[in-house]
Amino acid sequence: MGMKTIIVVGNGMVGYKFCEKFAAREESKHFKLIVFGEEPRAAYDRVHLSEFFENRDAKALEMAPLEWYADNDIELIVNERVTDIHRSKKTITTASEKEFIYDYLVLATGSAPFVPPIQGVEKKGVFVYRTIEDLEAMLSYAEEIKKSKPDGKAAILGGGLLGLEAGKAVMDMGLEPHVVEFAPKLMPRQLDARSSNVLQLTLESIGISIHTGKATNSIMGNGAITGMDFGEDDKLDVDMLVISAGIRPRDELGKTCNLEMGVRGGIVVNDKMQTSDPTIFAIGEVALYNQMIYGLVAPGYEMAEVAVNQILEQSDVVMKSEIDMSTKLKLIGVDVASFGIPYMPAEKGLSIIYENKTKGIYKRINVSHDGKTLLGGIMVGDAEDYSILHQMYLNNMPLPDNAEELIVGSRGEGGSAFGNAMDLPDTAVICSCEAVTKGDVCCSVLDNGNETIKDVAKATKATTGCGGCKPMVTDLIKESLKTLGKTVKERLCEHFDYSRQELFDLAKLKGITDYDTLLDEVGSGNGCEVCKPAVAAIFASLYNETANKQETIQDSNDRYLANIQRNGTYSVVPRVAGGEITPKQLMAIGRIAQKYDLYTKITGGQRIDMFGAKLHELPMIWEELIAEGFETGQAYGKSLRTVKSCVGSTWCRYGMDESVSFAIEIEHRYKGIRSPHKFKGGVSGCIRECAEARGKDFGFIAVEGGWNVYLGGNGGATPKHALLLAEKVDKETAIKYVDRFIMFYIKTAQPLQRTAPWLEKLEGGITYLQNVVINDSLGIVDELDAEMQALVDSYVCEWKEAVETPEIRARYTHFVNSEETDNNIEFVSLREQKMPKEWA
Amino acid sequence: MIANLDTYESVSLAEVKVWYKAAPISKFPKNGGACIKYKDKQISVFNFTREGTWYACQNLCPHKMEMVLSRGMIGEENMEAKVACPLHKNTFSLKTGENLNGSLDAIATYPVKIESDFVYVGFSE
Repeated sequence: MGMKTIIVVGNGMVGYKFCEKFAAREESKHFKLIVFGEEPRAAYDRVHLSEFFENRDAKALEMAPLEWYADNDIELIVNERVTDIHRSKKTITTASEKEFIYDYLVLATGSAPFVPPIQGVEKKGVFVYRTIEDLEAMLSYAEEIKKSKPDGKAAILGGGLLGLEAGKAVMDMGLEPHVVEFAPKLMPRQLDARSSNVLQLTLESIGISIHTGKATNSIMGNGAITGMDFGEDDKLDVDMLVISAGIRPRDELGKTCNLEMGVRGGIVVNDKMQTSDPTIFAIGEVALYNQMIYGLVAPGYEMAEVAVNQILEQSDVVMKSEIDMSTKLKLIGVDVASFGIPYMPAEKGLSIIYENKTKGIYKRINVSHDGKTLLGGIMVGDAEDYSILHQMYLNNMPLPDNAEELIVGSRGEGGSAFGNAMDLPDTAVICSCEAVTKGDVCCSVLDNGNETIKDVAKATKATTGCGGCKPMVTDLIKESLKTLGKTVKERLCEHFDYSRQELFDLAKLKGITDYDTLLDEVGSGNGCEVCKPAVAAIFASLYNETANKQETIQDSNDRYLANIQRNGTYSVVPRVAGGEITPKQLMAIGRIAQKYDLYTKITGGQRIDMFGAKLHELPMIWEELIAEGFETGQAYGKSLRTVKSCVGSTWCRYGMDESVSFAIEIEHRYKGIRSPHKFKGGVSGCIRECAEARGKDFGFIAVEGGWNVYLGGNGGATPKHALLLAEKVDKETAIKYVDRFIMFYIKTAQPLQRTAPWLEKLEGGITYLQNVVINDSLGIVDELDAEMQALVDSYVCEWKEAVETPEIRARYTHFVNSEETDNNIEFVSLREQKMPKEWA
Repeated sequence: MIANLDTYESVSLAEVKVWYKAAPISKFPKNGGACIKYKDKQISVFNFTREGTWYACQNLCPHKMEMVLSRGMIGEENMEAKVACPLHKNTFSLKTGENLNGSLDAIATYPVKIESDFVYVGFSE
């Protein structure tokens, strides 16, 4: 009998998926699998191609490393185009004239970008958007343009899914993007006119110009593109053009060996993915199924699954006749989703539409005439409900009586309009990229003991495609665990089976003061880099010990009381309370920075940062700073950082009160306090808010008759404004409230949780916090006040401590057996100062 | 001098030709790491005081090629001793050198012995 040979022509996403699914089958060991790829690299994620611009890491986009193919006995030959199929002999020939025999042939050659026959399209500066090589060519052309024209423009021909992605790519390259679309709306297959308008408004607000209803007559320029001509004096000046106006199947092989072809291209396949030759299969964008080419990855993966089964003689696994073309994507920060029939004439059904142009939101659902069935929908700007609506549509679930609640939210008391993910039937496909059902996910938890998203993803592959199903999978895991009587517990790590709050209380109750004892009494094992810093922070909050005491459980920065920089040198930040500094102090910092050849910069916290200090230099630098009257700014700690101030009534003609004095007082009050995550304050002398106090964990704004107190603001990746706690209170009261807020946060937050997410998760939110802190609803304010005062009274400058204690100073040495220093550190110059040599 | 990963190759106990007397135990922090110099190598030495064991590995983190591993937090994962690089928290087994939470190249490990309160690290040359 011998081994049969399967040759796969094409190593794109669908070609790869065939290999992956095939290799996972027991029977695959009876087959030899050879794969030919035309591109110079192994299969990569073309769907997320735009990520290449963010990190220029082609390897990160790989579907699987080369070793995977070898490990699974798959012979992968890249950079080799297959040129002919000889059906009678059952062989193929390649561009280098080699010949290979097959028993089964799988054509997964995908498609090529369609280039419309516009005059001038062959000029320099015109690109297509499909392969990593295309992107690299675009990148270097863009760099050339930017050298002479820093405000260069690029046009994208085509405002569909791919065109808008290319628009973002162009923006990331530093060129001004202009999307040119022939149809009167964007994403014409997924959106209706109104949602296209909403999307257009949002895209224009982030700097992407949109031109719809434009037919390009010619591309202008002498050798290289300078613009596009739309006829009748309508022109657009651009320096580069990216064409993403559709795809055409790479069906040449089918044509030359006389397989049945579609009238407009594509290789015809039946529901078994067979072409007109039963030993040749076609899957992905090259396959014409039910008169359609499916340009989405999920149907392509389903086709791969069918082909694998057919070859393994599981003849009952066939392609469905109705292919789901639903999509959800995040375009440049805007959610866009479309499912079922996105738009239709009135005879088919009626629509419920919610449009809010002020927020850039558009939601539409199409409902059957009897009001019972969901036919389809569109979402722009807020697609949170996409998963559940998509499931309702796929599973023909009955609509609630007030169907509008599905997009407007229930206006009655309590309860969501949808029920939850557990209400779905077990056959509901939760993850369409990998065809994982609700039953699969729940089984994975209930029967196979997987309890985390990571383990369920490993076992079922759910969430490993586009990731859109993650919220739903997380819910299913949580609910399934609940049915087993297991609640999802927030525990620190494998060494402590407690939440941070529980551990905080336990340590306090038992009076435990060192890490090893805590491990022995309430933990297990020997600890790790997750629990050590968390416990270090707990001890700091309980006993106000400095980071010098238990230095080896401290996080990277606290360990040496300095922010480690990317080359192993450190930064030095003395405290400059309230941002106020004297000329004498400025000159002292300047002298010290010059002496040690440090790079200096003013920080957002209104103080000065000095970079490039080697480990052994830190105690010397700090000794000089302390001699000049400075103390540690603790810029390295999960602690109070700074209290920002505006000039206030001392100098400013609008100031209502002394914001600088107040800020200085507060910064000195809270300095040294360590917390679950860093926290920052702000004090503004009037409502113009020049200190941006409402972007801070706590903020004070001077008003007529007192101060307003705000809590829970954060900057960072998810900025949040602080919420008003109290109005027009006097200074002492304002301080008291913030004292209590800080202590309450320290005792109850999760590790590395900032005040904004903490407040968001707090049951009852700001109202509850007001009750606790102002009205003493929990009866704990005396305790909180006392704890805060104890911290304030026991403040110690940890750098002074380090400088004055020989055994702490002795830690600051690169080698313990030599006076030499690290010779691996290299600096290069930057604008009259220096910086670390760039990473390779 | 730019650090080179080739400088570092794991040495097993059987391969030790030189036991280098690095420094007295007192120079090493408890439950933490310190760095020693041996010829052209920078070696991190870790004192797992709680378990009573010592480990050594290259000081060079293969992620961004910086000499910082000795400054990382030590710990264990599934009973295997590890160190987390202070820069990006890539963790490495101190038994096998394998990158536990990623797919970076493994680091080189070296044997350690304690004699008369001195720390010795074993090298092949």
